[in-house]
Amino acid sequence: MADRAEYLLEVNGLKKYFKVGKKGTLKAVDDVSFYIRKGETLGVVGESGCGKTTCGRTCIGLYDKTAGEVLYRGKDVHQMRGEERKQFTKMAQIIFQDPYASLDPKMKVRDIIAEGIRSHQLINSEEKIRERVDELLVTVGLDQEYGDRYVHEFSGGQRQRIGIARALAVEPEFIVCDEPISALDVSIQAQIVNLLGKLQKEKGLTYMFIAHDLSMVKYISDRVMVMYLGKIVEITASGQLYNHPAHPYTKALLSAIPIPDPKVEEEKVRIRMEGEIPSPVDPPKGCRFQNRCQYATEKCRMEEPELKLIGKDHYVACHMC
Amino acid sequence: MEKILEVRNLSVAFETYSGKVQAVRDISFDIEKGSVTAIVGESGCGKSVTSKAVMGLIRKPGKISDESEILFQGENILKYTEKQWQSYRGQQCSIVFQDALTALNPTMNIGKQITEKIRVHKKVSKQEAWQEGIRMLELVGIPNAQMRMKQYPHEFSGGMRQRVMIAIALTLNPKLLIADEPTTALDVTIQADILEMMKGIQKTHGMSIILITHDLGIVANFATNIIVMYAGKVMERGSAEDIFYSPAHPYTEALLKAVPRLDMEDEQLETIEGAPPNMANPPTGCPFADRCRKRMDICKQEFPQETELAEGHEVCCWLWKGER
Repeated sequence: MADRAEYLLEVNGLKKYFKVGKKGTLKAVDDVSFYIRKGETLGVVGESGCGKTTCGRTCIGLYDKTAGEVLYRGKDVHQMRGEERKQFTKMAQIIFQDPYASLDPKMKVRDIIAEGIRSHQLINSEEKIRERVDELLVTVGLDQEYGDRYVHEFSGGQRQRIGIARALAVEPEFIVCDEPISALDVSIQAQIVNLLGKLQKEKGLTYMFIAHDLSMVKYISDRVMVMYLGKIVEITASGQLYNHPAHPYTKALLSAIPIPDPKVEEEKVRIRMEGEIPSPVDPPKGCRFQNRCQYATEKCRMEEPELKLIGKDHYVACHMC
Repeated sequence: MEKILEVRNLSVAFETYSGKVQAVRDISFDIEKGSVTAIVGESGCGKSVTSKAVMGLIRKPGKISDESEILFQGENILKYTEKQWQSYRGQQCSIVFQDALTALNPTMNIGKQITEKIRVHKKVSKQEAWQEGIRMLELVGIPNAQMRMKQYPHEFSGGMRQRVMIAIALTLNPKLLIADEPTTALDVTIQADILEMMKGIQKTHGMSIILITHDLGIVANFATNIIVMYAGKVMERGSAEDIFYSPAHPYTEALLKAVPRLDMEDEQLETIEGAPPNMANPPTGCPFADRCRKRMDICKQEFPQETELAEGHEVCCWLWKGER
């Protein structure tokens, strides 16, 4: 890891536990370490309940951590206080999954977008704020006059554009995109993904792109991280992951994705997993995937595999690799 | 081929405060016996409303126009009395909804919900119905069926709940099964399992399936026929081969190019600019014209009639007028 200077975000041994009931602990994120380089897109994939959203939210300080550290430009996000913390909330933004629930229905679109600008006092004259909001609306492909309307008047795709404009308003460097396209129609998904790509090129943004749609993640990401039950099972360059997946879970996940081509589908061999994803309150001992893995051995049941380097920039947590 | 369902000139409109929303506008199609037909389209294209019309579930303020006909094995079901509907729904035709958590009753155990349907339609004892319920759960691949019968919906995972829904739909061996986005809320791995299970049952039971979805990917390996809908109209229909390998309508083509493919490198994702039209005031011409790259002057003036390109492959587009 000689090129640490390039890292915008570095996560070391991050844990985030939630209390459930009187005694139970839900280990949503359990000892994960990774980094995100400046200007790149890190895709985060996994099934529901794997901890990808919790991981993203903890990284930008929306959740307190349980243990470990999240370094943003070398500074611990959870130790930041006062002015420093405020600066960080300006630099790191999030686009939420549900464009219906994440925008205030009682506020005008203009005020939703301007809220960050006002609270960070980036622009002081109301007239200039108005100009800036108009500019942002155009940037995300919406009409300027939409600013004076309310959120309920917009479709899902338009709302997601408003969410993007809101995040861009404070000129961030880093945006966590938490399943920004899952709730949208296919033709609109492509629009939003291309918009995010264009903005990244223009503004040099860094993305953490969380999704369960692996084909879209492949399209947008430079590197992809696969999570399972709160752990990272594999992390590598996007092309490498899709062409040469190493972890049995990654392989199973990839083989489940439908391809819109009947002949290819006919020939595709699906790698099946036994049973369902276990509860994160009581994960299996050893490797967390062992009870569903067809290659599991005694060692897998006893010992938890570490994330190790198996090729250029290719990390896998599996005893068999 | 024998037809199990013939839809003729179906129009459904909803009276709302902002005007009459024309969800389905004069569509016709057939479903062959034993086929799997996918109805594909974006939200608001009328695919779910079409399926609800076939199930007789359109309620006020919705209204099916008087010219519409839906023939199930030759009989016009829109003329049915309430009593006839009751024996049709569930026995002849049943539906699986998208959201299993809201479709199941949270205060009743699964066993009761399955046996309820059996006991309403058939004169059998409680024990017999219970045994039949267990058999159905086993059929859809739920382990420990006996124990599971006594559990409540919240004790099931999303995938298992959807299996329960399918089990309920399949009891009494309906001839036609409508699956309305059965896997949309599920993870890819679970989605693949459920589709595989449905495919297996379809092969052994031989019923006809209407699969409603917005994802062309999941129908590639499942559907034999595909109907592409947009803004309440059928834009193109044909066999799966026709739609995937020789799509004729610019909308079908765009839809296929808008999803990135895992098995291809560095392709460009093409977007369909704009959004579907407002159905309270639908355009008179082709509804896709505003977003279409190949639009001509005539497209905005008049909706094109169907052109038959090959047997069973039909398209509604001015580009193909005069081809034959």
